[in-house]
Amino acid sequence: MNTPFAIPDNPDSACQPPSAKDFLVDRTFRALARIGVVLVLALVFALVYEVGRKALPGIEKHGFDVLFGSVWDVNQGKYGILPAIWGTLYSAFIALLIAGFFGVSMAIFLTQDFLPAKLAAVFRTIVELLAAIPSVVYGLWGIYVVIPAIRPLTAWLNSELGWIPFFGTSLSGPGLLPAALVLAIMILPTIAAVSQDALTSVPMKTKQAAYGMGTTHWEAILKVMVPSAATGIFGSLVLGLGRALGETMALAMLVGNANTMSLSLFAPANTLAALLALNFPEAGPNEVEVLMYAALVLMFITLLVNVLGSMIMLYAQRGNKQ
Amino acid sequence: MKRLMKSAALAVAVSLCATSAAFAAENVRLTGSGASFPAPIYLTWFKDFSKNTAGVTVDYQSKGSGAGVQDFLNKTVDFAASDSAMSEADIAKVGEGVQLLPMTAGEIVLAYNLPGNPKGLKLPREVYSNIFLGKITQWNDPQIAAANPELKLPATPITVVVRADSSGTTAVFTKHLSAINADFKQGLGEGNTVNWPATDKFIKSPKNDGITATVRQTPGAIGYIEYGFAKLAKVDFAVLQNKAGQYVVPNAESGAEALAAVNMPENLVAWLPDPDGAKSYPITSYTWMIFRKDNGNPAKAKAMREMVEYSLTKGQTIADSMGYIPLPASVVDQVRKASANIQ
Amino acid sequence: MTDLTTPVAALPSLQRKLEGRALRSVLLTTLAWLAALVASVPLISVLYMLITRGGARLSLEVFTELPPTGFEMGGGFGNAMAGTFVMVGIAAAIAVPVGILAAVFLAELGPESKLANAARFAAKMLTGLPSILAGVFAYALVVMTTGTYSAPAGGVALAVLMLPIVVLTAEESMKMVPKIMKDAAYGMGCTRAQVIWKIVLPTGLPAILTGVMLAVARAAGETAPLLFTALFSNYWIYHDGSLAVMNPTASLAVLIYNFSGMPFDNQLELAWAASLVLVMIVLVINILSRVFGKPKY
Repeated sequence: MNTPFAIPDNPDSACQPPSAKDFLVDRTFRALARIGVVLVLALVFALVYEVGRKALPGIEKHGFDVLFGSVWDVNQGKYGILPAIWGTLYSAFIALLIAGFFGVSMAIFLTQDFLPAKLAAVFRTIVELLAAIPSVVYGLWGIYVVIPAIRPLTAWLNSELGWIPFFGTSLSGPGLLPAALVLAIMILPTIAAVSQDALTSVPMKTKQAAYGMGTTHWEAILKVMVPSAATGIFGSLVLGLGRALGETMALAMLVGNANTMSLSLFAPANTLAALLALNFPEAGPNEVEVLMYAALVLMFITLLVNVLGSMIMLYAQRGNKQ
Repeated sequence: MKRLMKSAALAVAVSLCATSAAFAAENVRLTGSGASFPAPIYLTWFKDFSKNTAGVTVDYQSKGSGAGVQDFLNKTVDFAASDSAMSEADIAKVGEGVQLLPMTAGEIVLAYNLPGNPKGLKLPREVYSNIFLGKITQWNDPQIAAANPELKLPATPITVVVRADSSGTTAVFTKHLSAINADFKQGLGEGNTVNWPATDKFIKSPKNDGITATVRQTPGAIGYIEYGFAKLAKVDFAVLQNKAGQYVVPNAESGAEALAAVNMPENLVAWLPDPDGAKSYPITSYTWMIFRKDNGNPAKAKAMREMVEYSLTKGQTIADSMGYIPLPASVVDQVRKASANIQ
Repeated sequence: MTDLTTPVAALPSLQRKLEGRALRSVLLTTLAWLAALVASVPLISVLYMLITRGGARLSLEVFTELPPTGFEMGGGFGNAMAGTFVMVGIAAAIAVPVGILAAVFLAELGPESKLANAARFAAKMLTGLPSILAGVFAYALVVMTTGTYSAPAGGVALAVLMLPIVVLTAEESMKMVPKIMKDAAYGMGCTRAQVIWKIVLPTGLPAILTGVMLAVARAAGETAPLLFTALFSNYWIYHDGSLAVMNPTASLAVLIYNFSGMPFDNQLELAWAASLVLVMIVLVINILSRVFGKPKY
């Protein structure tokens, strides 16, 4: 844009360089956009600084013991968050698996002419509304609806297939599975809504071209539409995962908050976000340091999972092109 | 969206004028935060008090005793409320001086869920402390059966439900268990959170309602909640054995007996980890409001003293109906005298 | 002549192959229906619970009255609705412009620049931020400096939560705008600002609005950050003839949190009604944004 324009000889030509005003507006707008980005970065730096500043004494005092310890005993000054890290990853992973499958299926279902457009729009609005239901409601729904509903099945799985580690314990009530199920429902709207946008943004022509080549409806969806919308769908999963990692109240009510590590889906577990939310209001200064440390760990995990995801995405895209 | 933005911008602009307007009108607005246990009764008091006192409004938000004390130290509130009083170290941080005032008291009960919903489960001291130590794990344990010959106890495991959030209720409960069971004191100790045994039969749930809901939904569960909550939520709760060896039902009378068993010291902080008296309910505790002695604002200080006076007189009359224990008359006098320190 | 007949014999058995592909299509369609139905069951179950339990208490009174205490009957949450509007409004006023501007940079101005990559990761990291930390942050930033709980403090905390959702969804929506449309505009001599204002933003608007809606929905339902920044109030934000913005402010989310934890039936009913109202508010904003955000080609 810095290169001078070749000014046409004919002043009546439709081809005119931008006026001084256009130029000014353009520069101002671009500067504003840059400020927007800088603000986002500044916010994250400020957050990390604020959390890090409070976590520093805790990191100095306890070092890596916090990361690898599994006992949380305020009275003895023992703070271990390994079970919480495990529970965070385990529950978010299961939730993402379930919500990813159903969310993307739903997005395909609602965008690829399975339903009349009007009906699909209504459905879509309902799904988006679910994102607004407060966590507490999901927590209550989990306790009063989900746990009783899955109790018979889990009892059967435990008694018949108890030798499989995933079904190794009986479900007392709150536990990893009900928490992950409710978490999946909570992030489903985000995944479905954002994936839908990605799918509807694929130009009509792309799909018509696929049909023109004689593909079936589903070949067009799976081989053309979904790959074209892949970055958007991936973005929806990132947002969903982020919410799953950071969700607190519903999980606090459903996960059992026990500092144990188990492969069993029916055992109570713990998560970092729940640990933070439950202990922070009453925490003394020693505990706050460790809780802030745990918060840093959670932010780091989110970052790490995102980097890994982006790498998988890049790899997959490269694979597609070959 | 645009309209929202506009109204928001307007709101910010108007707020600047609003603060100055409030000063002109001599309206006093008090803000408090802290303990969740007394929140229902405090909110009732403050609403009634604000309605009947011209120019004074009192806001209170429950967010936990610890958070309330933090707010108090950071001077973002005018007063705080705490179930675990205030530590010496924290008191020393307040240059203006601190006045703690016990405002009401409460009991902690053990709610349970057994098939057939039998009422009046009796739990000896040894038994309930060992259940929370994870040593007694079955409902048909001979020790439970011996105390309850008339009940048919199932052969199901005991699911113990404890508070997941850091809480003054846990502090009071573990203080009591530590006082009656040496193993508990050794192994878990007392505090807002303790390191409960790590088994899959110990479930943690947030707040009173979380524990109540989990106990209701889990056959064979037992958990500790506040009496006022249990009474209104209509859950079954156990009859506990006290220091004198008697089985006592939690209610206002047995709580008052427990309060009468200790003397209120000069600083108005009294603990009752294991009260004497044949009719005393074993797990009873005071809860406090925390004020600054020097508020630097005579109008606010006056409003606070009026608020305390209301709570001590009209306020105490509704305590029983809401599941709290009214303060003994001698304590009311002591608190009234001490409230003069709020200036 | 033979040239024309041989290919017929050599034609692949088109018919059978199509049968296999068609069968797969039918199977997948069934699967899609099944997945949609299975996913709908819990969604409808949540909504059903919300509507039956919340709808029972809905009346004009709940919108105009102040919250009840203790055994008090009746009451409502008018002040909490007002507070939620003000705080979500402040949050949107901060997060939407900043987020969309940042997204413009990420999608159009410098998608591959170091600054953009850093900001993208920063935004992704923010999505996993436990909401309580947004509260802790705004507490240090606003509450401690102003010395009081207030609506603007709550707005700032909610803006922190909204920002990453707005940035990431807006970036994706702008990237989805076909390149040829932009190229055509550039070809006509538009400046980048003109291309963005006249082509990219209007075309991407529906998807951008989805992101804003998701962000508003999340902000409206968040409790933890508000407990640390706006607290709660049992009075109107418009109080004694002045707008008391620099005072503790009520919100629906905190009201639900408070009331759902109480043993009083009246409060429990109101908590459900408030949840339903919260969802209805989001529904109205959602529909309005659809009406005003129709794609303008």
